[in-house]
Amino acid sequence: MTTGGTVPRAPARHTGEHLMAYLFLVPSALVFGAFVVWPLGDSVYLSMHGSDLFGGASVFVGLQNYTDMFTSGEFGHVLLNTLLFVLLTVLPGVLGALVVVLLLESQIRGARVLRTAFALPFAFSVATASVIFSVIYNYQIGLANGILGFLGVDKVGWTTDPHMAMVSLALTTVWMNLGYNVLVLSAGVGAIPGEVMEAARLDGATGVALARRIILPLVSPQIFFLVVVTTIQSLQSFGQIHILTRGGPDGATTTLVYSIYKKAFAFGSSDFGAASAQAMVLLLIVLACTGIQFGVLQRRVHY
Amino acid sequence: MTTTATRPSTVDSTGRTRRRRRVSAGRIVVYVVLVLALIPVLFPVYYAFVGSVMPGGDLASSPPKVFPTGFAWRNLTGVFDSIPLATQYLNSVLQAGVITVAQLVTSIFAAYAFAWMRLAGKRFLFAAFMATLMVPAESIIIPNYLHIADWGLLTGTGGMTPGVLLGLVLPFLANMFGTFLLRQAFLQFPGELRDAAVMDGCGHLRFLWRILVPLARPSIAAAGVYIFLTAWNQYFWPLLVTRSPGQQTLQIGITQLRNAEVGDLGLVIAGVALSVIPTLLIVLFGQRYIVRGLTAGAVR
Repeated sequence: MTTGGTVPRAPARHTGEHLMAYLFLVPSALVFGAFVVWPLGDSVYLSMHGSDLFGGASVFVGLQNYTDMFTSGEFGHVLLNTLLFVLLTVLPGVLGALVVVLLLESQIRGARVLRTAFALPFAFSVATASVIFSVIYNYQIGLANGILGFLGVDKVGWTTDPHMAMVSLALTTVWMNLGYNVLVLSAGVGAIPGEVMEAARLDGATGVALARRIILPLVSPQIFFLVVVTTIQSLQSFGQIHILTRGGPDGATTTLVYSIYKKAFAFGSSDFGAASAQAMVLLLIVLACTGIQFGVLQRRVHY
Repeated sequence: MTTTATRPSTVDSTGRTRRRRRVSAGRIVVYVVLVLALIPVLFPVYYAFVGSVMPGGDLASSPPKVFPTGFAWRNLTGVFDSIPLATQYLNSVLQAGVITVAQLVTSIFAAYAFAWMRLAGKRFLFAAFMATLMVPAESIIIPNYLHIADWGLLTGTGGMTPGVLLGLVLPFLANMFGTFLLRQAFLQFPGELRDAAVMDGCGHLRFLWRILVPLARPSIAAAGVYIFLTAWNQYFWPLLVTRSPGQQTLQIGITQLRNAEVGDLGLVIAGVALSVIPTLLIVLFGQRYIVRGLTAGAVR
């Protein structure tokens, strides 16, 4: 047992310390083993087996589930929906929050109160937010159509029109994420040393110049972090789809996660084999995103 | 900010006053933009609360009313008749409470081992533990569900049972997010703290719980708030492992309310208002803890 530069006295005590440290890690290790590692292995296993009537794994089918998945046009649709949902939620969400935070930082009175106001959606869970938006989106008596009517525009089937449903989901999601995004970016701006801002202001940097030359480069790590994190979040979105559109109309809002749910659990379907193959695709996409995050964070983010 | 700067009568036409005046004009623009942006942001929040006491006619009229014409307590009390909301509230408190306490305990132990103890293979173990954060829960939700079913935890169609509660919380009894946050916090204390404690004959367990944990209370609170919010807001997993209204958590309950009460929007909104109150209080009064938790991930 090497103890580095410390005096090699009383190795017995150090062995005790090692043992104790392992003991401290055991509770976490048990949970991760039982609910992350084991299920990961199971997912691979399930994805290579057929499913009996009750969803149990039946015969070994090799890569059949995967080839079925990639040759069915349906799955291509699912991936496109997922990409669309990510684009429609991440870019507006991060850019919107960035504009809000930059405006809040322009030395105005009441910035704290305003920031809290912008952060309020953070209190809403996916379920509460989706239920409120479902009321607003209601075709007959919802407020969204009420406003359109006031403007003299025809009613829109917010969650029932195939062209609109994804936009409505994205709007709800952007609203839900705004509070989180504002808090993260505000914290980033707040971490900029006061002297830096002061010096920039003394040099005459104001408004847009200050934002573009000083604040933006310095909060680039937070912006990057938000893009990655909200991308991963969007990839995993389930509640708003389940509550607002059930993946419809006609599959128009069936994203990867919702497709997994439909295959495995919805409408009495229990095709765990096919669903697990899709789950592996989800896993790989999210791993790729995290990989990019680590890779970039390690190299450069500042300036 | 100062009123003199905006008063044109005192202008001595130097560049300085001109710039100050331009800045305040810019400020007005900033305010206008911010307030305009706030309207769509705050409207759903407003609607969740005002709508919860709107008379049914206000909500069902076309076009719907934004301002209530009366006050209807009936919605809020009606919620409790329509779904077992009180029970579901309790279910959520139990579920989120157990997850928060358990996750804090497992995280404190793991964070301490990683931050302060001699441990062979520490770097490898830490990396392996952190890797669990990269696995999206949705990608392993099927086997987790099958295991919970195999273990007989999906039982009964009545109220909450210990088995159902166990099913709700088991996968979330440990998480590396809180562990990472607490490890960072523990690392900030000087090594002399431990040396002094060892001199006094204080072992690791005593040192951790008697000295380090009280000192790190703000970080532990931040982790706790974050864990609680995440647990309270869960949707997918509780949807799968609960079988009846009596077992459901609040988040599932209010969506059932929406399905059951299509005609009575007031009731639906009231359910949302009641279930969002705890988290709203946290955002309003615990914001600094939330920010602490968020920035642990964002700033590193």
